[in-house]
Amino acid sequence: MRLVTHNMMSSNIKGVANGFPLLIEAAQVVEKEVDFNADFLKNIFARIEWKALVEASKTMGYSELLDNVESSMLDSEEFLRKFHHALLEIHLEEGALVCPETGRKFPITKGIPNMLLHEDECTVFVLTGHDLYHSCGTPGVLKALSIAVY
Amino acid sequence: MLPPASVPQLMKLKMKLKQLEGLLGSVQQFENPKIEFEQYPTGPHIASRLLFTAENSFGDVRDKVVADFGCGCGTLGLAAGLLGAEHVIGLDIDAESIEIASSNAEELELDMDFVQCDISKLRLSDQVIDTVVMNPPFGTRKKGADMDFLSMALKVASRAVYSLHKTTTRDHIKKTALREYNASSAEVLCELRFDVPQLYKFHKKREVDVAVDLWRFVPKDKQGKQL
Repeated sequence: MRLVTHNMMSSNIKGVANGFPLLIEAAQVVEKEVDFNADFLKNIFARIEWKALVEASKTMGYSELLDNVESSMLDSEEFLRKFHHALLEIHLEEGALVCPETGRKFPITKGIPNMLLHEDECTVFVLTGHDLYHSCGTPGVLKALSIAVY
Repeated sequence: MLPPASVPQLMKLKMKLKQLEGLLGSVQQFENPKIEFEQYPTGPHIASRLLFTAENSFGDVRDKVVADFGCGCGTLGLAAGLLGAEHVIGLDIDAESIEIASSNAEELELDMDFVQCDISKLRLSDQVIDTVVMNPPFGTRKKGADMDFLSMALKVASRAVYSLHKTTTRDHIKKTALREYNASSAEVLCELRFDVPQLYKFHKKREVDVAVDLWRFVPKDKQGKQL
């Protein structure tokens, strides 16, 4: 998993108000070279949560990104190269993503985070039978909650 | 005959539809499809047309961040990668599918990220992903599954959502996308025949031929941060 993916994910556990950014436990980090594409970087810069990227890359052992940046730095190739490396070339191969609020760990195996929730962690928005079904999708839970509702 | 060329070489050229379809034809499909997730392979014919249209008619793929919702064995996401997407993420609930998709990506020398998750319970940024491509479960086993996918896709995509839905649901899809799911436009690009091979015992006929619409949805502008 690259940090561009990390930058768009939040903890989705029921009741968590601010699940972003997910903390990183890095057991194994690998680097894979990607073609440098300045236009892509300039385009995506404003859409990236910078602080989260800086922190995440530090946890992965790369501390070349500055804490404070502004769009004028996009003219510097040196800056873009570092941004490129942090965003696209560092992979979290083994470890975990950790919900910043609850500490719940989402394991990462062979680079793939498992974000599946247990039944009691699913968000329930509206208590109708239909929504219960869709929020948890498991007949067992549906039954249990239906009894509680009706 | 097409001249032999490596995948990276092909990607630098403007890939022809037939080349794309040919490359996708080598992709490995489900070994043991799981009925609860409505796992049907997306064939190379449909996948190549979907992504080819997205790139050549709308410019929604090259240099973009593309997410493949319910990626299964990865065919749509791989097609996006082959057409020059900068970053492709495949999301699926099923670990086995992701494993196949991941080895397919390796085979085609593409770097793709994968996340194992339930699409309907995702919390994803609505800033980073440009385009969502998907062949959602049609909701024949779990009612509304395709609408859960569509709703989420329109929440996170900033440019466009490409999706396949049964032609019989056309009016419903259009109405719901425009009224409830934040779409500013919902357009059927073409009607395709989807050959569902006899994967499951409950299929009576040898091959089920389903009429499917290829849709392009455009989400309304998100109130994102600006430079």
